[in-house]
Amino acid sequence: MSTLAVHDHGVVHHEEGHEHHHKATFLNTYVFSQDHKMIGKQFLITGITMAFIGMSLSLLFRIQLAYPDKTFPILETLLGRFAPGGRLSPDFYMSLVTIHGTIMVFFVLTAGLSGTFANLLIPLQIGARDMASPFVNMLSYWFFLMASIVLLSSFFVQKGPASGGWTIYPPLSALPNAMPGSAEGMTLWLISMVLFVGSSLMGGINYISTVLNMRTKGMDLWKMPLTVWALFLTAVLGVLSFPVLVAGLVLLIFDRSFGTSFYLSDIVLGGTVQPFEGGSPILFEHLFWFLGHPEVYIIIMPAMGISSEILAVNSRKPIFGYHAMVYSLIGIAVLSFIVWGHHMFVTGMNPFLGGVFMITTLIIAVPSAVKTFNWLATLWRGNIRFTPGMLFAIGMVSFFISGGLTGIFLGNSALDITLHDSYFVVAHFHLVMGSAAIFGMLAGVYHWFPKFFRRMMDERLGYLHFWITFICAYLVFFPMHFMGLDGVPRRYYALTAFPSFNRWLTVNTFITWAAFMAGAAQVAFLFNFIHSIFWGKKTVQNPWKSNTLEWDAPIEHHHGNWVGELPTVYRWPYDYSKPGHDEDFIPQTVPYSQTMSSNLPHDFEDNPKGLEEYNTWVSTQKANEPIK
Amino acid sequence: MMAPTQQEDRVNYGAKKFSMWIFIFTSFMLFAALTSAFIVYSGGKGHGLNVMMPRAFMYSTMVIIISSMTLFLASRAAKQSQPEKQRLFLWLTFFLGIAFFVIQIYAWYVLTYKMGIYFSFNPNASQSFIYVFSGMHLLHIIAALLVLLRTIISTYRNTTQAKNLFKMEMTSIFWHFLDIIWIYLYVFLLLNQY
Repeated sequence: MSTLAVHDHGVVHHEEGHEHHHKATFLNTYVFSQDHKMIGKQFLITGITMAFIGMSLSLLFRIQLAYPDKTFPILETLLGRFAPGGRLSPDFYMSLVTIHGTIMVFFVLTAGLSGTFANLLIPLQIGARDMASPFVNMLSYWFFLMASIVLLSSFFVQKGPASGGWTIYPPLSALPNAMPGSAEGMTLWLISMVLFVGSSLMGGINYISTVLNMRTKGMDLWKMPLTVWALFLTAVLGVLSFPVLVAGLVLLIFDRSFGTSFYLSDIVLGGTVQPFEGGSPILFEHLFWFLGHPEVYIIIMPAMGISSEILAVNSRKPIFGYHAMVYSLIGIAVLSFIVWGHHMFVTGMNPFLGGVFMITTLIIAVPSAVKTFNWLATLWRGNIRFTPGMLFAIGMVSFFISGGLTGIFLGNSALDITLHDSYFVVAHFHLVMGSAAIFGMLAGVYHWFPKFFRRMMDERLGYLHFWITFICAYLVFFPMHFMGLDGVPRRYYALTAFPSFNRWLTVNTFITWAAFMAGAAQVAFLFNFIHSIFWGKKTVQNPWKSNTLEWDAPIEHHHGNWVGELPTVYRWPYDYSKPGHDEDFIPQTVPYSQTMSSNLPHDFEDNPKGLEEYNTWVSTQKANEPIK
Repeated sequence: MMAPTQQEDRVNYGAKKFSMWIFIFTSFMLFAALTSAFIVYSGGKGHGLNVMMPRAFMYSTMVIIISSMTLFLASRAAKQSQPEKQRLFLWLTFFLGIAFFVIQIYAWYVLTYKMGIYFSFNPNASQSFIYVFSGMHLLHIIAALLVLLRTIISTYRNTTQAKNLFKMEMTSIFWHFLDIIWIYLYVFLLLNQY
């Protein structure tokens, strides 16, 4: 087997024009690997690291929100000048909020989620040996890593990290002198983001090209698992929207460093009139949210795909409404490009235009509801196995519903006047895209861990992790709805400065304690993850009795995935509990000729010859039946 | 034993060519975003361009159109297996590309020093957009020149005809796209001149 693996390398390089055989070294196996499975692991581990950093930042500012006037000397020991006297400085509080948002949105739930699962699942589930361009795929990871390092390095510059919020609206972000967080920290943020977009585009181009060109024999588009559909459409969204962010960032960089005034106008800073005239900050908002809205679907769609797959496998039932699931994903993808204005209802937008954006926004509820009902219908009367992955997938559905409902309020341009920039918004997006997407990601980690690391994760720790996280996430984010309805604004450093918000202090303290509990549960996950990589129970070929192709590939990893010929696909991926079959699953690689007892007429819709065979088989069965 | 099958399904120029098309699309989205930004800006602020485009842009447009033609001739020569001719036309394309680059920079010089249309501290940012459009396009041109150079170098090496054609095709897709994008940007600027 190992000789074959080495030979594989030879073939890759043959394509590159070098005919020499390549030895597998530490460097090209673990570091500069071009194997999609290794790149997937690299994305996963970097993503989890970033997730823990992002979470720690949120815990820091939760301390400030719960105890705005107390001092904690340990904070000064840990953070030095950022927490003078043991209390977070207001500037650093804003930096924490900004970098927490940036890390979670881009580095964890975009690169960590799409990067990990697109890399692992696309080639394995469509039966390809690797991505269309393994080299570009490797570059995609390294750009992501560089972006992460540049972003984190901003904690070590004199004036601290960027602090204008993850949306970095100008003019605040465009004037290096406006506040400490707009100085070098902001420059590093912009560099990091440009690298990140490079990484995303290289990854996305590869995913699209791989899905459309490299499917194995028999794998037509309507036989693809929903994970692949979701990851594919996510990549399409990224490819269409990230360049627009680049355009916005380029203009911002020019405003910051080259004295142009695309976004700047009538600025007085420290009593002196700045030489910028004629710019429009709203222009940035348009460019930013043209990416920013599709971005939230870039985050949630992979989680949807992963959950669909896991729910079907563990309910031992076909996914309910496979075609509707695909069409609703396409619907969400298309609609995501015409709703960005709902982030800008209060920018002085023409009310008619606001109405248009409101209608397009509310239409998204339709495909979203289609998906939700289909998940629930998949669970309905299923033979459910509550694996940790399954629990997290169900949790994803729960958060998507409870967070999605508030989207209907926020999408309304009139209601948004009171609700915007309040904790209601924070509650909404942390449930619907934050918690839902991270639960989708965790579901995927538990479910595909055996494929990644050839070992199983511990189930008991998984249950512990799920229940604490699930309950605490609700405890953290649900009360925020009421704070928002009472008008408590987001991003405020010390709410006690405003007498009317004083009564929310107890709630804030409660939320902080719940957040710390949730944080502690993640330590259980981290332990489980690392321990299982080295000492977990060894996996069997198909631990979840799943139909998809990745479980057909050998447990041992080869660069090339399958030894010998690629598998051929004969059926869709959701033949679970098909009546008449002796097992409750039929893998995609099993031809209909081997499952005569469970075939149905509609299995042969575009196959008249097969239908004929089927009819002959049925009539002979009838003829052989004993007469009663 | 299984090597032949693996070799077949490993060489997939098709998928790579497809990737190139998607890349073209991302690039197109960038310019679409920039020109949309121009429309939003000038529409919202009531600032028109109010600039006569320098004649240099006209010349550079001609140069890049000619370079597309020479690249087309190079592709044809490659298909007819005439390496000498292919190389000649590739070099010609490359130098026309450099010429385009130089003329664009000259156009900036004319805009800034002869016409007083500044990039920085210009209260009418729609004029700054001229530099952004052409500058982002020039960045792409630099990348395309490197791709072109790589293809030229590979013609001096012993490459298979299949690979040669593949490289030619990749280069052509990129270069013709940049040609078309420049024409789009130039026409866009001309239409918004006043």
